[in-house]
Amino acid sequence: MTRAVLQALAAHWRRNPLQFFTFLAGLALATALWSGVQAINAEARASYDAAAATLGEGRFDQLVPRAGDSLPQETYVALRRAGWQVSPVVEGVLRTDAGRVRIVGLDPLTTPGALSPVGGARDIDLNSFLTVGVLFADAATAGRLADLPQEVVTDTSVAPDTALTDVGVAQRLLDRPERLSRLILAPEQPMGLPPLEQVAPGLTRVAAQSGSDVGQLTGSFHLNLTAFGLLSFAVGIFIVHGTIGLVFEQRRGMVRTLRTLGVPLRRLILLMAVELLVLSLLAGGIGVVLGYVIAALLLPDVAATLEGLYGAQVSGGLQLRPVWWLSGLAIAVLGAGLAGAGALWRIARMPILASARPRAWAMAAGRGRWLQGAAAVLLLAVAAGIALADAGLIAAFALLGCLLIGAALALPLILGAVLALGQSRAKGVIGGWFWADTRQQLPGLSLALMALLLAMAANVGVSTMVSSFRLTFIDFLDQRLFADAYIRGVDRDRMPGIEAFLQDRGATVLPLLRVDSRLAGVPAELMGARVGPAYETNWTFVAARPEAWTQVAAGDAVIVNEQLARRAGLWLDDMLDLGGGLRLPLAGVYGDYGNPVGQAVIAEARFGVVFPDETPRQFGVLGLDPEELRSALGERFGLPPSSVVDQSSVKAFSLGVFERTFTVTAALNVLTLAVAGFAILMSLLTLSAIRLPQLAPVWAMGLTRGALARVELIRALVLAALTALLALPLGLALAWVLLAMVNVQAFGWRLPMYLFPLDYARLGLLTLLAAALAALWPALRMARTPVSQLLRVFANER
Amino acid sequence: MLLKVSGVTKSFAGAEGPVPVLSGVDLSLDLGQTMSLQGESGSGKSTLLHIVGGLDTVDGGRVLFDGRDVAALDEAGRAALRRSDVAVIFQQFNLIPSLDVSDNIRFQARLAGREDAAQVARLIEALGLGDHRHKYPEQLSGGQQQRVAIARALAARPRLILADEPTGNLDEATAGEVLDQMLALVGETGAALMVVTHSPAVAARMDRQLHLRAGQLA
Repeated sequence: MTRAVLQALAAHWRRNPLQFFTFLAGLALATALWSGVQAINAEARASYDAAAATLGEGRFDQLVPRAGDSLPQETYVALRRAGWQVSPVVEGVLRTDAGRVRIVGLDPLTTPGALSPVGGARDIDLNSFLTVGVLFADAATAGRLADLPQEVVTDTSVAPDTALTDVGVAQRLLDRPERLSRLILAPEQPMGLPPLEQVAPGLTRVAAQSGSDVGQLTGSFHLNLTAFGLLSFAVGIFIVHGTIGLVFEQRRGMVRTLRTLGVPLRRLILLMAVELLVLSLLAGGIGVVLGYVIAALLLPDVAATLEGLYGAQVSGGLQLRPVWWLSGLAIAVLGAGLAGAGALWRIARMPILASARPRAWAMAAGRGRWLQGAAAVLLLAVAAGIALADAGLIAAFALLGCLLIGAALALPLILGAVLALGQSRAKGVIGGWFWADTRQQLPGLSLALMALLLAMAANVGVSTMVSSFRLTFIDFLDQRLFADAYIRGVDRDRMPGIEAFLQDRGATVLPLLRVDSRLAGVPAELMGARVGPAYETNWTFVAARPEAWTQVAAGDAVIVNEQLARRAGLWLDDMLDLGGGLRLPLAGVYGDYGNPVGQAVIAEARFGVVFPDETPRQFGVLGLDPEELRSALGERFGLPPSSVVDQSSVKAFSLGVFERTFTVTAALNVLTLAVAGFAILMSLLTLSAIRLPQLAPVWAMGLTRGALARVELIRALVLAALTALLALPLGLALAWVLLAMVNVQAFGWRLPMYLFPLDYARLGLLTLLAAALAALWPALRMARTPVSQLLRVFANER
Repeated sequence: MLLKVSGVTKSFAGAEGPVPVLSGVDLSLDLGQTMSLQGESGSGKSTLLHIVGGLDTVDGGRVLFDGRDVAALDEAGRAALRRSDVAVIFQQFNLIPSLDVSDNIRFQARLAGREDAAQVARLIEALGLGDHRHKYPEQLSGGQQQRVAIARALAARPRLILADEPTGNLDEATAGEVLDQMLALVGETGAALMVVTHSPAVAARMDRQLHLRAGQLA
């Protein structure tokens, strides 16, 4: 019996190959976008974990300098002598001909368990690690270190772009003799230790899992990607839901017959569920493969984004991790189950003698519209409540969810009202029929239209955010990069001489002093600037005291970037501890878009007092042509041309980083819109199969097949246009949430929102084009429907 | 002569080659006349009705409607003929589900550009549809739906009304009632009526009775 029932069930798909394709394609696309995003997230998290495992970040308490980016080795020795169980770490970037590599020096004798790659099961003996020098790196990084005299051992557990070695070797490679970056504290410390302030007053203790944990910093970015993946998955599930609804509706007759022939209802439901499971696993498998392709294509851009925004290193290669392909299959089964549960429930409750006549499938979907309306109002009200409360990143994403789902649920009701208005205003007979018939088709198309609404709103919202960001960023670059050229990458010892040389030639020189530090408990850069008219004219504050620049120039105040202000909870007039006993009030907060770290600026003179050993690492030069400057410095100091960077090159580079940062967002946008277009095509095609009995009488009364096809095309365009109109305000609301709430929480800066009417018009036209293309095939099928097929509608023996 | 059918042949593609359905049919029908067309299932009566109504085309022969050769018309010409001169009443009613009773009845009349509100109102009353004018087809019984289909056909004031088993889906009492109303109203309009039916009782009510057997009139 089971075999016979399965054959009967399979026969439906053989007779309706289009439905089979729609089901598989919808679920595969949904799974692909979801698992693609999950693959990217899994890869990134694995990189963070590798970094944490090798560097001890976030796992152990650490001692870091209160100010500056290093501490003397004597401090470490003093702490060990006092009984503190600490282990030294030296970090820095080594520039090789093949690129940059982060060098991390550890002491394998004192590192807390499992941090060091030597010892244990590893083949490298401790002696050669400590004496000759051995570096550990992944294969790609190892290739870049081939020219070093030290042996380089390939180790896949080391974070990307990082090499581990002994402290002494790292100090030699980085040219930091007798200096350490930080100290790792062993979890177990002896009793009765002298206080840290007494032994090492220049150090501060940072608790594990705080501050620099890159996993936490990037969490919002991954949440963002996951939200996009979920949105795409939802759009795909709309397709599957529509298909399953139609398939089960068309099978009502068969179900009744099978039950009449003695198949128990429970067995029937079970077999249909098994059928759904097998098909969803098949579609999920295809989706996972597609997801792998998507992830492989997008991962290099995501890696660039994460480095650009957060300085996080992520491997550019993709591995097949069980966690994501299993989750891909699971979500395919879950999605199909969600979409099919209602249909199976209806079949289970259907009386055995229920009418097998295919009823208006579409009309049945409209019954719960008041319930749907109530849910929409409730969700939109919750969204408004969250917006007013402004309660953090998770709440902001909850707001987005409520807003999008609420609007999607409200869409069929709003469209229904507009179509009813159209019907009441219609004058001609075809017009009246058109509006009435479109209303009738609405429930059958509403899932696809909801998908289109979400995809369009996401496009409007995200493109508004990105374009607003771009405008602000370009404006910001124009303000910040006001010097004609920048000199960088020169030995510190030569900088004072170069400065004097430039001043002799009448140039305005703006040296920039900088140390990496922790300010208000947050990793940050402390800068010393020669404050003057150039800064006052070009830098724009988000918030500032009226005399901010005067106070900074006098050494009486500090200004910070918006990221630092928001992360540390600082605002105007708050006091900021800058290290070395210097505490200054906050006089201004400036926009610093695209910078992943916090920043504080004080006057050059003040900086020199606190950090007398620091010399400028970079000069901004005004009043000299970059080409002249390049040749003059080459002749006088033998500087390579690459040490002089002109303003336009810096801007072009920054914009290039910016564009690449949002490539992944744009790609997901396009994919989501494509899935929505596919949803419309599939809905129209599946609807066209049950449309014939509705259109044949109109044809019989004197409308040609061509005229009916045109009406079908216009119907799709009208519905798409109405949806696009509704998507615009929704997309703008989405943009506002992204700019005013998500960005502030995730990146630490608030951006002004700009409107781009031409972009929206272009998107609207694209949507209409997508709808027209989607409707073209069903319309052509209508125009070419054989007369015999139309006449079969009227056949009494059909 | 409103309708003259001469030597009409028609065949459909079958698995083993063309299957003839009509093999040289001749008939004529004038305004005000009623005619029944009987025959076994597959004898070609519905096909003949479809050809006469401009819904289908012939393989051979001629169909003259008011002197015009229907077979020579292109699709747009046949659509125009169906719009203005012919109305079909189907066994399955084939109402437009998205329009209510009133709009369904007016639909073909408006297509033909001959809407007459008074006549529509009269048809609604005459067919007992007054209480249902704002209902949708799915809310009506079979008999009510067939009355709407009859009203739709008559409201357009066509010269030829074709009815394919108009009472085939109705019980005996309702069928008799609907037939009485249809014949009375067709009589009032002066249109010609061709009815395809299996029922000898229905056929007996027509002026002429024709039998189709294996694609030919018996």
